[in-house]
Amino acid sequence: MSAMTFPNRQSLLSSILRHAVLICTGALILAPFMWMLSLSIKPPCEIFGVSFSFWPHQFYGIENYSRALTEAPLLRYMGNGVLVCAIILALQILVCAPCAYVLAKLRFAGRKLLFGIVLIGLMLPHQVLSLPLFILSYQLGLLDTYAALIFPYVVSPFGIFLFRQFFMTIPDDVVHAARLDGLSELAIVWKIMLPMALPALIAFSIFSVIGHWNDLFWPLIVVRDQSLMPPPLGIMVFRNEEAGNDYGPLMAASTLVVMPLVIAFLAAQKWFVEGMTGGAVK
Amino acid sequence: MASVAIEDIRKNYGPTSVLRGVSLLIADGEFLTLLGPSGCGKSTLLRILAGLEVQDAGSVLIDRRAVDGLRPKQRDVAMVFQSYALYPHMTVASNMALPLRMRGLSAFQRLPLVGRLLPGTARISAAIDVEVMRTATSLGIGHLLARKPGQLSGGQRQRVAVGRAMVRHPAVFLMDEPLSNLDAELRVQMRAEIKDLHRRLGGTFVYVTHDQAEAMTLSDRVALMVDGELLQVAAPQDIYADPDDRRVAEFIGSPRINMLDGMVRERGVIDVAGSTLAMELDVIAGAHLTVGIRSEAFHFVDHGGPDVLTGSVRMIEHMGSDLLVHLDLAGVDHPVIARLLAERAPYIAIGETLHVGVRPDRVLVFSRDGRRLRRDAGHGRASIAPIREIAR
Repeated sequence: MSAMTFPNRQSLLSSILRHAVLICTGALILAPFMWMLSLSIKPPCEIFGVSFSFWPHQFYGIENYSRALTEAPLLRYMGNGVLVCAIILALQILVCAPCAYVLAKLRFAGRKLLFGIVLIGLMLPHQVLSLPLFILSYQLGLLDTYAALIFPYVVSPFGIFLFRQFFMTIPDDVVHAARLDGLSELAIVWKIMLPMALPALIAFSIFSVIGHWNDLFWPLIVVRDQSLMPPPLGIMVFRNEEAGNDYGPLMAASTLVVMPLVIAFLAAQKWFVEGMTGGAVK
Repeated sequence: MASVAIEDIRKNYGPTSVLRGVSLLIADGEFLTLLGPSGCGKSTLLRILAGLEVQDAGSVLIDRRAVDGLRPKQRDVAMVFQSYALYPHMTVASNMALPLRMRGLSAFQRLPLVGRLLPGTARISAAIDVEVMRTATSLGIGHLLARKPGQLSGGQRQRVAVGRAMVRHPAVFLMDEPLSNLDAELRVQMRAEIKDLHRRLGGTFVYVTHDQAEAMTLSDRVALMVDGELLQVAAPQDIYADPDDRRVAEFIGSPRINMLDGMVRERGVIDVAGSTLAMELDVIAGAHLTVGIRSEAFHFVDHGGPDVLTGSVRMIEHMGSDLLVHLDLAGVDHPVIARLLAERAPYIAIGETLHVGVRPDRVLVFSRDGRRLRRDAGHGRASIAPIREIAR
């Protein structure tokens, strides 16, 4: 934004201040990230060297990245992450959309109570439930399987809440028209409501994928088998067993793990913001 | 094509009674309008007809078949909504084809990709496409089929909504204020098109509106609803000229009918606003009444006398062909509005005392509880008034 558009000095000053604050916070958040990128292309001697520079004197990226890819089954971890995140997301949408439709558009006794329970579910941190869920996984014989990584997340109170809020903004007449056109209630959910709630769907997908791609806590509890590990757990194991003090390859591995998310977020940014505010102001 | 019978429908929302025993017979091929102020229950009645809401008591018959337990899609009715309720993520063609696809194709045939490979799908889909094209062309939206509703104007969306209802040839068309989101000019144009559509299709139409001009111009009969009750069901000219109830007379007609307090002095004579009106009514002397006089029932006279009201001019509205003169009458707290010939305009000044004659045969008399009191037999019923005022 050019200064020409400001009518007086005061608003110019406040604009400079505003941007200064934003730049500072942005820098604080980005600094570790940039540090990671920088370390991932440095040789070990520079990482522990006394002098500081962002750009390495000796470019060591190829060595670090190839070690990251060869010394740990990083691609296997990422494959696991993709598989687990995709199944979680698909099942979440399958469960949340009909639930949200029922809560948003059907009238029945106990509707408010059920929505209240969803809100309570929304407030419970996952860690609180981890012990009962672990025991449940053990009883069901799910420990050390993909199923253990997936089943606690299938019902997402956040997804139900988000979809419900968006569905509330869709006029009842659309539902009425669909009923007159001969659609069943489930067909209304899949053919009318969900396509109309596309921004919310995309926002939810990003939340869900980021959350479960980055999740370390729950996989750490239920998975021992290296071949089942999602990326963050894999990197942690990699650090302990292989890398030792070898931060270069470790940072390269971290960069590789984070990259798909960054790309996905940038690609879907427009939808993401729209979905989060869409329900609030309509 | 089907008749519709509504038998003693009742509906409550919690403690509020929305419909209090509504009964109505709609003939096959009739255009019936449910007219009433907002919140009178007319839209609820329409949704009960469609099966979108369930009545607490009473019964709906379509084509002499009780449909009370049936889902909306099993009732063979189609509805056009005030908000159009188009599916924004589908093209116009898909919007219009959806009701046909849901009926013509099985669940397997509707599956994406796989469905196309099943026997019969291609043939039925082609027939649906032809039908959609035919309907769209008849509504003048054939060139818009590939667009999405968001790319259309209000009038075009309206046509798509009508097309989606028309395309499957329902027995009964239900329309819930379909024109109220359009601008005034387009509304008049679409009104004519809906009238024409009814003539062409010959179906039974139930049309809900709060706009009396729409009701009067479109309908074979108007059903006037107030507070969940049907007050009168009659042809447009009858509901205007011969209302059964004070609330009907007040709702229909623009400007609003003038209501004056009156008292029967003796048989055949009513005292009104310092003057007398000659009215043969079967009412005892001394009874208090309400006298309703429509603005066009007045005419100029030169001096006072029986059947003449006298007042001072408060305001003059020039309407082009006529004048609306607001008169303050002695002992009346609201002005009386008289529609008078425009050529007299130069001779009227604000504050001037004016005499206006009343045609006794155009006077509507109501009892204090709002019932219409008709003239004694032998004097004939009130003549039919011109309806151009309200059909503007």
